[in-house]
Amino acid sequence: MSEPVSALMGRVAAGAVTVRDEGLAGMITLRGDLATAKLRTACKHATGLALPAPGKITGNAAKGLAWMSPDELLVLVPHAGAGAVADQMAQTLAGTHHLAANVSDARALISVAGPHAREVLAKVSPVDMHPGSFAAGDFRRSRIGQVAGAFWIDADEVIRVICFRSQADYVFTLLAKSAEDGAVGFLG
Amino acid sequence: MSTRLASGGRFLNRDRAVEFRFNGKRLAGYEGDTLASALLANDQMMIGRSFKYHRPRGVVASGAEEPNGLVNLGEGARFEPNQRVTTTELFDGLQATSQNHWPSLEFDVGALNTHLARFLPAGFYYKMFMYPRAFWKHIYEPFIRMSAGLGKAPKERDADTYEHFHAFADVLVIGGGIAGLTAALEAGKSGARVIVLEQTAHWGGRALVDAPGIGGKPAADWVKNAVQDLEKMDNVTIRTRTMGAGVYDHGYALGYERLTDHQPEVSGPRHRLWRIRARQIITATGAIERPLSFAGNDLPGVVLASAVRDYAVNFGVSVGDRTVVVTNNDDAYRTALALRDAGLVVPAIIDARTQASGPLPEQARAAGIRVLTGMGVAKVKGSRRVTGVAVCAQAGEGAVLEEIGCDCVAMSGGWSPVVHLWSHCGGKLTWDADQAMFRPDAARAPTGADAQPFVIAAGTANGHLRTAEVIADATEAGRAAARAVGGRVRATRAVAATDEDEAAMAPVWLMPQGAGIALRMKAWLDYQNDVKVSDVQLAAREGYESVEHAKRYTTLGMATDQGKLSNINGLAVLSQALNAEIPQVGITTFRPPYTPISMGAITGAARGALFQPVRQTPIHGWHIDNGADFEPVGQWRRPFAFPRAGETVHDAVTREILNTRSNVGLLDASTLGKLIVKGPDAGHFLDMLYTNVMSTLAVGKCRYGLMCSENGFLIDDGVVARIDDDTWLCHTTTGGAERIHGHMEDWLQCEWWDWQVYVANVTEQFAQIAVVGPNARKVLEKLGGMDVSKQTLPFMQWADGTLAGIPARVFRISFSGELSYEVAVPASQGRAFWDAALEAGAEFGIMPYGTEGLHVLRAEKGFIMIGDETDGTVIPQDLGLGWAISKKKSDYLGKRGQERSHMADPNRWKLVGLETLDGSVIEDGAYAIGEGVNDNGQRNTVGRVTSTYFSPTLGRGIAMGLVLHGPDRMGEVITLTRTGGGSVQARIVDPVFYDKAGEKQDV
Repeated sequence: MSEPVSALMGRVAAGAVTVRDEGLAGMITLRGDLATAKLRTACKHATGLALPAPGKITGNAAKGLAWMSPDELLVLVPHAGAGAVADQMAQTLAGTHHLAANVSDARALISVAGPHAREVLAKVSPVDMHPGSFAAGDFRRSRIGQVAGAFWIDADEVIRVICFRSQADYVFTLLAKSAEDGAVGFLG
Repeated sequence: MSTRLASGGRFLNRDRAVEFRFNGKRLAGYEGDTLASALLANDQMMIGRSFKYHRPRGVVASGAEEPNGLVNLGEGARFEPNQRVTTTELFDGLQATSQNHWPSLEFDVGALNTHLARFLPAGFYYKMFMYPRAFWKHIYEPFIRMSAGLGKAPKERDADTYEHFHAFADVLVIGGGIAGLTAALEAGKSGARVIVLEQTAHWGGRALVDAPGIGGKPAADWVKNAVQDLEKMDNVTIRTRTMGAGVYDHGYALGYERLTDHQPEVSGPRHRLWRIRARQIITATGAIERPLSFAGNDLPGVVLASAVRDYAVNFGVSVGDRTVVVTNNDDAYRTALALRDAGLVVPAIIDARTQASGPLPEQARAAGIRVLTGMGVAKVKGSRRVTGVAVCAQAGEGAVLEEIGCDCVAMSGGWSPVVHLWSHCGGKLTWDADQAMFRPDAARAPTGADAQPFVIAAGTANGHLRTAEVIADATEAGRAAARAVGGRVRATRAVAATDEDEAAMAPVWLMPQGAGIALRMKAWLDYQNDVKVSDVQLAAREGYESVEHAKRYTTLGMATDQGKLSNINGLAVLSQALNAEIPQVGITTFRPPYTPISMGAITGAARGALFQPVRQTPIHGWHIDNGADFEPVGQWRRPFAFPRAGETVHDAVTREILNTRSNVGLLDASTLGKLIVKGPDAGHFLDMLYTNVMSTLAVGKCRYGLMCSENGFLIDDGVVARIDDDTWLCHTTTGGAERIHGHMEDWLQCEWWDWQVYVANVTEQFAQIAVVGPNARKVLEKLGGMDVSKQTLPFMQWADGTLAGIPARVFRISFSGELSYEVAVPASQGRAFWDAALEAGAEFGIMPYGTEGLHVLRAEKGFIMIGDETDGTVIPQDLGLGWAISKKKSDYLGKRGQERSHMADPNRWKLVGLETLDGSVIEDGAYAIGEGVNDNGQRNTVGRVTSTYFSPTLGRGIAMGLVLHGPDRMGEVITLTRTGGGSVQARIVDPVFYDKAGEKQDV
């Protein structure tokens, strides 16, 4: 038996804005009819949370629900139990058309924290990072440089970025470079 | 001579001297200088040589429109050619060299071209270098390459860094003159999010030089207050040294910020490319003064009138001691008055108009300046710099009436609004005959996705040359933009402004109007590309009626300045030559960027390690540590082979293959695409996507499948596993995972939207490791945890279990013909499994193998490879894969296409194996030679090689290829091409070279 490891193995780029590997996170791709009570129940059992509105996230990296598309949610749970949670959700949803896949190991989770964290993201993603347009509870699927990614911000202004595991090195390096190049002075 | 004045220069900090070098010469300037003003302060009038005739050239402008003042800037890793001296801020240690001359700026051999001018007319490239044909390559082209081009290309990797920045705004204001500031204040007051960009280091634009009164205050005070007010607004961002470079669809705009060009000692990015999304864009980009076309108007010392007073007022620099002003409008009188105020001599103002009686001419006369009306410049005297002008009647043909000694000529042909950004995204122009200018037509503005205008031109850029009009127009522009984005606007009176009244200008496109050919051949339109009035007229005579054709034929406006000074004058000359009205001739297209932006800014962070994302498997680190020779596969880097000390890559491939066939090999197959397809209609869906039947596959079993496009062409292949009643796992090729995922979603979302199927791409969830070879089972048994015997886990089945304590899904599938297990484990434990397998396999001779080994192993077995045997024109039937095509199914994607007559043609080339008679390896892509030649005189071909390798197992070359009637010609010998001549003979054989019965994989 070996301990599971994240793609970035705990890498940290410290500075005014610190970019940090958040380690392994449990993630489940859930596809189904978001309007059904059964799906809401499955999500509630898994996370204790209500469903997010489009473009939103409820909860956090440990227990969260993020809106991915009109028929897809990303379920955030602790890594160790993610497979069991996915199985549990599938059981709850048995008999309805759905797909619950454990994708925890297909992803990396990186945090960006510091005074100009919003600007670090704005350098690499075509998202309006102004606090009036992007605040705690908002969730964006977009680009991080040349690859796909998603991110949200919490009340402490810490941004968490999800990307594909195979591209974690690229995304981390890009975020660290953007942080190192300093503030722009546009987003306060 | 040009020199520094004792006083004046509102941009200068005279307490801080700055030292710089030009062509190695040590020169001094002040903080606040541009390189242009500092060179002029040092009497460096000549700055470069022109492109074609190598004529001496000095600065003609003071801003972004400068065509002549281009230098090589910096050294080594910070070298950059074609930098405009007028927009280069001076800093301590700046190094510049002049361009386009040999051996030196002062003595240039290429200047002989000027005497050859009559042999180098418009379109000379097309005329002279046609014949004899062989001369082009060996004589003409080398000559042109040597003499053409301005700066030198940098040789070293750029030492600086660059970045992008995405910004969003309700209102983007481009231009920080009084119009831009006014509009920004109005938009800002409404609460809208506003960004204001100013390309120079200073706010206020020309107003600070021409000093009108605004809001009862001097312009300078008003500008200062306006900037302070904007800085106080939280919803407004203002940036100097940031040029609005381009306006694109849907309110997208580019800003080009130069952060450290003026302070290279500061760390951080050199340039920042602002990628802005704005709901409304206000272009307050001002206007550019036009030169006048008279003979010798390109001599150093002939400068735009506005630039002459810019240098005096902003930089305390006089271009000359004695300046003759040549004009067709009142505004240029301001230059005469400013020079007079600076204590310089203005011997005369030559006004092409028959009358000049407005307040400004009267002030000039009152100051004792001689005003000559109805006159023009016959020619400028001097060779390397101005020594005087010959005066003539504007209405005549250039008979000289008198000569006036001077060392500077300040010319003004009127003003052209900067309509570039308005025009980039489709804004149309209207010809204003009174002011002789193209100005934005508000009725035909660029429109967004909602068909509503999203660009508003304001102030001078909108054709308003008087201050009060500028302020009123910009006020309304700011409010209109604010209203368009839902801001609250309070209608108060616009700020009042005052300046001197101006009489009408008179268009002058040639001076004098009857100038003969000798004068017209010296009257420059485009300084940088050396296009003269005579060239455009010749183009018209030769039939170039379209302004776009005439532009390309003469190269007018095609230089790095994109004709900022020359376009209007050029098209006016063209329209006169064509005897057409200017609006009928029209104007060439304005394209972004406004002025050239650095390649670094475009690239941003995407260089070095960040140039391209490289996808890495969980085992990537081991591959690097163990000396893998990588190859790109899609965005992945996969080990090609693992050469050991003393081995060539070829040696390593051979060793890896032989070891896999005789012992056991280990392959990192994690990149293989893995798509979960689930739902009540998933079986039906897969039956439509694959050529064979997947719905009948039993749970726990695997089946190889082919996927075709609608037209029947083979697009992907792979093994499908049935996971449970309504779930399948589809393996795709490495490069196909995202593409096939998209293909599936396309059909599900756009065509079969009512089918209940979900697809998830779980490629990266698993590390997939192939354990391959006669000893494979022993390795897994040693790892322990599940039964991998033939009885429990036979060929083409899968099972879940545990290996080495790691949860694993084991597929008994083989791409090599050997006993083979593909083990999928969670990616987070992929490296652990790899290490465990290596350790457990040590006693069984385990060795990793790379993609080349994989390729050879599959070729020995006659397995096809997507991208080798297929190229988008190949159908499964071509490859002898009819067995994988269901005859029972009523439909599948590609079925109809494959039934078309061309697809069913028995003459299609079909897959066979090829063995050279001498055992050599056939060249990749070699053709099989047929009888005779085709219509182009080329030999006919009857086949081509799709895969070719040295087979270590068989000890000779093997190949697969598509050959006419191939499967019917077993045993025949065909001839294949070799590059560089010669041929090789090969026998047509079965494509399965190894273990045809398939006994080795099913043990």
